[in-house]
Amino acid sequence: MDGAHDMGGAAGFGVVRPEANEPVFHAEWERRAFAMTLAMAMPGGWNIDMSRFARENRPPDDYLGMSYYQIWLAGLERLMQERHLVEADEIVAGKVLHPAKPVAKILTADGVAAMLHRGGPTERAATKPALFAVGDRVRAKDIHPATHTRLPGYVRGHLGRIEAVRGVHVFPDSNAQGAGEDPQWLYTVSFSGAELWADARDPSLEVTVDAFEPYLERA
Amino acid sequence: MSDHDHHHDHSELSETELRVRALESILTEKGYIDPAALDVLIETYESKVGPRNGARVVARAWTDPAYRSRLLADATSAIGELGYAGRQGEHIVAVENTPELHNMVVCTLCSCYPWPVLGLPPVWYKSAPYRAKAVKDPRGVLKDFGFELPPTTKIRVWDSTAEIRYVVLPMRPAGTDGWDEEQLAELVTRDSMIGTGLPKHPQEVGR
Repeated sequence: MDGAHDMGGAAGFGVVRPEANEPVFHAEWERRAFAMTLAMAMPGGWNIDMSRFARENRPPDDYLGMSYYQIWLAGLERLMQERHLVEADEIVAGKVLHPAKPVAKILTADGVAAMLHRGGPTERAATKPALFAVGDRVRAKDIHPATHTRLPGYVRGHLGRIEAVRGVHVFPDSNAQGAGEDPQWLYTVSFSGAELWADARDPSLEVTVDAFEPYLERA
Repeated sequence: MSDHDHHHDHSELSETELRVRALESILTEKGYIDPAALDVLIETYESKVGPRNGARVVARAWTDPAYRSRLLADATSAIGELGYAGRQGEHIVAVENTPELHNMVVCTLCSCYPWPVLGLPPVWYKSAPYRAKAVKDPRGVLKDFGFELPPTTKIRVWDSTAEIRYVVLPMRPAGTDGWDEEQLAELVTRDSMIGTGLPKHPQEVGR
């Protein structure tokens, strides 16, 4: 979707402000919101692409007005409500008002290490040859789906070069909609700064994105 | 965005704090979560998984040419040799800085970051200014971090838009001949592995 999360190249956000000796979390609620989000994926049954869409799919002023973990919290609440694990009135009331929905499995303390170690590898076996090879010239398609996509707006319509072939991976555009993994070839595509930004002040700039085959056409 | 954290007044933060506490009670009462599991998750990323892991990888690559080759060929497995693997590091690629090329990593769409080697991302990495500026004006970003590179050094910015996670292999600082891995690891900063910083000077660690 074209949303506020797609920030590459946007002007007006000002300087980057690193924080010296930054702690991992800035408040206790951030710790709990982070951990609840990771833990709830197991009983909730959603995938990472659904999570990302639940976070980014909101009005720009909401997205930009919330802190990072507030967005995580809002995304988690949405994912749970969509599956009736928690209802909106319970979130407002701050207490249980409806019976729990049976869930297959929950994350226990002694299961955390294995869950983290396992992670969520996205590479899948190839079922067809890659359309592109290193060095090929490609154009990022000018697409604007209303649903989740991982092709950032700033490269759409621009000419690039296949820098690396990364294997076949779960296709987020499909997976986020619960429409299956639909694995696709994934490429690292490089773009020159001059191609992306006509007013580039830095001719030596090169930007790469990781783009799934359906995002690209031969140029 | 995260930047706004600093502008929120106390009551707003309290509201979020209360909302999160209430939600945890609801999820616990419904049997969806085990609060002890949350404690383990937090403990893991606050004290076990962080940029010291990545620093060990870099120091190994600086001292062991065969390891460096393996790291650049298949970072996931080379990093796995040191025991670091898993969530948000399932497919890692290491990119090497040289005098001619400086690499910088960003996730313009969210906050993708190689957790097993760097831990959770800092606020600035997830902030709108970094995500907006890194792909258009990386030299301006470096100035925000307080340093500049020679104009002859090209910059390549890696936008992590899929599940590949990038880590930068910075250049080994001069004046470190004969240093062992442990000593070298002290020079490797988190930002030097993102590309928004350089390793420390040998003098900074007082050797």
